[in-house]
Amino acid sequence: MAKYTPPVQGRVGQIIDVMVLLALTVGALYIPLWLKLAGSAHVADTPESPTWESLGQNPVMVEKWNQLGYSDPASAAEMITSRFDYSFSIGSLIVMIAIIIGYYAIMLRFSEKEYREVIAEKFNGD
Amino acid sequence: MMTDFDITSKTMDGMGPHGTNVGLLRVLGPAHVWALGVGIVLVGEYMGWNFAVGKGGAYAALIACWFAGLLYSCVAMIDSEVTSTVAAAGGQYTQAKHIVGPLMAFNVGLYLVFAYTMLEAANAITVGFLIDTVAVMSGHDGLDQRPFIVLAIMFLAWLNYRGVLATLTFSLVITAVAFSAIIILFLATSPVFGGDVLRHRELMTDLPYGWLGVLAAMHFGLWYYLGIEGTTQAAEEVRSPARALPFGTLAGIMTLLIAATLTWYVCVGLMPWEYLGQAGVPLFDAARLSGSTFLMVLLGIGTLFATLASANGCINDASRAWFAMGRDHYLPAWFGAVHPTYRTPYRSIIFLVPIALIFALGAPLDQVITFSILSGLLEYTFMPINVILFRRKWPLDTIKRGYEHPFHPLPAFVLLFLCGVAYFAVFLGYGTQLVAMIAFYVIVSLWFHFWRYRFVRRAAQFTMPWPRPQGY
Repeated sequence: MAKYTPPVQGRVGQIIDVMVLLALTVGALYIPLWLKLAGSAHVADTPESPTWESLGQNPVMVEKWNQLGYSDPASAAEMITSRFDYSFSIGSLIVMIAIIIGYYAIMLRFSEKEYREVIAEKFNGD
Repeated sequence: MMTDFDITSKTMDGMGPHGTNVGLLRVLGPAHVWALGVGIVLVGEYMGWNFAVGKGGAYAALIACWFAGLLYSCVAMIDSEVTSTVAAAGGQYTQAKHIVGPLMAFNVGLYLVFAYTMLEAANAITVGFLIDTVAVMSGHDGLDQRPFIVLAIMFLAWLNYRGVLATLTFSLVITAVAFSAIIILFLATSPVFGGDVLRHRELMTDLPYGWLGVLAAMHFGLWYYLGIEGTTQAAEEVRSPARALPFGTLAGIMTLLIAATLTWYVCVGLMPWEYLGQAGVPLFDAARLSGSTFLMVLLGIGTLFATLASANGCINDASRAWFAMGRDHYLPAWFGAVHPTYRTPYRSIIFLVPIALIFALGAPLDQVITFSILSGLLEYTFMPINVILFRRKWPLDTIKRGYEHPFHPLPAFVLLFLCGVAYFAVFLGYGTQLVAMIAFYVIVSLWFHFWRYRFVRRAAQFTMPWPRPQGY
């Protein structure tokens, strides 16, 4: 196999490539956080005038809340009643599975193509 | 036919500078490898693991702790075999380059960089939170955490810039202190040794979300151990890779299994699960609730040391991965430079500082941790594929391994299954981050394959002195 000679990348090209990677990183990961599109889904059923009993806390738990600085049940009520919302549709689960499998499938396919070139150039010249 | 090179040999181990003018310095021993692995991860006992309690309750967090321990035992076994053979800077990135292919390697390199950089950001957030907590306790409300976050990242980046031996020796000492603090807290509070402060009977509850919560808890269960695979990043800087890497990695996972279980036991016996599931510094809180000023100070110092050791190791590992990709022209070659005096990948170290700062200063802790976990999870999914292809392309009688992991391919299949469970766990509650992360990797993969790869020399990527892989 003929040896592949890559083009030499100039300084400007290197800077542009770094900027593209940075933009992709910040764009994909940070902007969803910034726009509050990402994050865990919570639900809270907090009673209006909570007591430790209505929040299901026994005396030892109450003692610990007090030690942690929550002397008033109202101050701890949201923390105690907050729950994750784990409801999901089978459709969204199937989409997620397809995305993960599709990602690995594409990557392994492209990798295999590139890998065969590497091995051919490395060992065919021996 | 067996290759002439032998990874266990002192003179013919096949290691070299791999194209750099100045090679990395080979000065590290097994204790440094242990410190690098445990140092990065031990912070997982000081913060973050407790979000597993929030996702499923106290018992769910314990089950997740052990199943995640099983996942990481598979990771450590597989990693020890491959790393003790592919001993070069870049760790799993270099493994992927030799075993799977360039695009996989590029992705793995990014997994490593983002897993560690996000972990570094999480550590810096915790430093700021801890200092704020101490300030509030001493009557100083409204402390601005940001200067402490910036200072922590900048100081550790400077330390890394100056040299690997000083950096990892620093990690070794502060990791040992942080680990000892957990043991002392356990001994001081355990009824076996006369303590009488744990209230498991009154504080433990049923599973608040049922068994679905147990699955969901696997998400943050990974945080107990995430980063142990970072031991491989020092591969080019250890004196004896075939001995030090398996020994350091496997000793590390054993240490963490013990520390994780002790941490869970003490914390759930001291605070209600609803608080624990959302706490910023749970071990420090546990020490406060023990009623002992000595323990409170000790665990405060332990939290600070654990976060600094972890961030220190993260900078070390992320910069090695970025450096290795620059050296191979997967990224601009400018990053592949080694400092002429300190012999560290100084440009990569400096470049990653602002990325860590962006997330440390602008994102909530659980989100940053989730990004780190997701990158780690994608990396663990690669490992079974990697080891199966490694054994297929180079069977045991073709390359001498420093370590051969037993029961192959069982650990690979167990790991793959547990990764599937962990994806589902992240999907429960953090599905948007999962989609955002995968979308990011799909886009950068296309960018690499159709643009960036043209700058990469083909055969030069294959630097190991191995025979031709079978089937090619």
